[in-house]
Amino acid sequence: MSAPLLEARQLSVEIGGKTVVDRMNLSLQPGERLAILGRNGAGKSTLLSTLAGLRPPQAGAVLLDGEDCALLAPRQAALRRAWLGQFQNDPFGSTVLETALTGRHPHLGRWDWESKHDAELARKALQAVGLDGMETRQVHTLSGGERQRLSIATLLTQAATLYLLDEPLSHLDLNHQMAVLELFAGAARDCGAAVVMVLHDPALAHRFCDRALLVYGDGRCAQGTVDDILTAETLSELYGYGLRQIEDRGHRCFIPE
Amino acid sequence: MPTRRRAFLILASLCLLALASFALALTAGSLQVAPADILASLAGRGDGSGDVVVQLRLPRALAGFACGGLLALAGALMQVLLRNPLADPYVLGISGGAGVGAMFAMLFGLPLLAIDGLAFAGALGAMFIVFGLAHGDGSWTQTRLLLTGVIVAAGCGALIALMLSIADERKLHGMLFWLMGDLGQTYDWWPALLALVVALLCAMPFARELNLLSRGLMQAQALGVAVDRLRYTIYLLASLATAASVTTAGSIGFVGLVIPHLVRLATGNDQRLLLPASVLAGGSLLVLADTAARTVIAPMQLPVGVLTALIGVPVFLFLLSRQPK
Repeated sequence: MSAPLLEARQLSVEIGGKTVVDRMNLSLQPGERLAILGRNGAGKSTLLSTLAGLRPPQAGAVLLDGEDCALLAPRQAALRRAWLGQFQNDPFGSTVLETALTGRHPHLGRWDWESKHDAELARKALQAVGLDGMETRQVHTLSGGERQRLSIATLLTQAATLYLLDEPLSHLDLNHQMAVLELFAGAARDCGAAVVMVLHDPALAHRFCDRALLVYGDGRCAQGTVDDILTAETLSELYGYGLRQIEDRGHRCFIPE
Repeated sequence: MPTRRRAFLILASLCLLALASFALALTAGSLQVAPADILASLAGRGDGSGDVVVQLRLPRALAGFACGGLLALAGALMQVLLRNPLADPYVLGISGGAGVGAMFAMLFGLPLLAIDGLAFAGALGAMFIVFGLAHGDGSWTQTRLLLTGVIVAAGCGALIALMLSIADERKLHGMLFWLMGDLGQTYDWWPALLALVVALLCAMPFARELNLLSRGLMQAQALGVAVDRLRYTIYLLASLATAASVTTAGSIGFVGLVIPHLVRLATGNDQRLLLPASVLAGGSLLVLADTAARTVIAPMQLPVGVLTALIGVPVFLFLLSRQPK
């Protein structure tokens, strides 16, 4: 079997001197989808950016395609994994198409300009998130949800095999939430991509992921298949609030007590 | 995103603008010389009057073009580095440091070469102080860099005011002209022009990475930019470009702030086009402004910094009010 797309070995992550993830092991194969759940401030985003190699771990190692992230050149890492951050801001003007095209950066040489092929990829990505026809709009005229979908289109344009998504559903209305989750489920199913996403809705995590990683914020983490780990009992403990579980046609739903 | 073809056309027309500004700078002035004589002198076979123009006006125009280009380039780079559209080459205290050096030299009546030398040393000193303080604990964030720069600039401003207040009146005029930016006391034109060429050649390979950097550090890093290395490079380049310009012509205002904005408005924010276009536009503007500075109330000369600011302030306010919210 080939090396996993993402592997964490004895990974420790700390925020401001406090260890939030302690010696965690994780491995993600092509086609797998993992949800990260936890309370606010538990360290989900920090863990995700550490897995993306964007900040050094306190201890342990992150491997992308079997190679240590710390030793990979930034461009090589960008060809393997795409990372969606929580915040986008655009101090300077830029069009929707230009923004989507930034995803092609790691594929281009130093003096290359984006080709017709790159523009084609960007247009397809915009179409996939329902932003077709808005190529020439300025980004600061977009709504929050549209801006979020543009970031997702940029990620698709990057064409990596591992997606690390920090709250991909923020600002999105219900139909676009489902569309985005279907999109990444399709990428995992059809293209062998692996997806890690920080989510706040355990029901959606259960429906769209294979496994879940619960981050408690005190160093403890728990992993398992969604059926095993996303239960009223574990989630009530995770969030510190009582939840009741309802099953409907194979989907799980959690209702606050 | 501009296509290569469109970028080429824009740069070609800006080159024409630059040539036109040189033509005006060479022909305008109290001594009227026919364009044919000037061309003959440029080709190296002219008579007396053409030669005078070429020996006096051409070096000044070249120095002006180099300084304008350096300031516009440094401004464009600083705006990306600080991710702040209101940043200019002087925001991090470079001109303050140069000002302290130059005022010190003038206060003690040192020769022109020493004024330039101390100005450059002052600019480098300010650069290292700001970098050292902002980078001290490794955080090196935009806010921290900006704050440190602003504070160092304020400190330099106080030192300059101190030296102005104790200087005797015969020296005050020259000191004030230096502070407002003046091409009349330029020692030599080629160091600035060389600095401009080198700075542009160093910046251009990173142009697409700068596009990403302007969208955020993490974002750029995730897309494969070696962010830390790039930021050191840009900081150094922008600072040295500013130092070269300030040393040559004093602290000329507003070119570095307004030109990148004007170009951005006309061509978009792709640094691959923005950087060279800013250099050409900034150089041309300063040549034109300096031509006006020495002809408007001739034989008296105005400091060119006053003219760039007088042109720059209304243009900038106009742009700002037009900017979509």
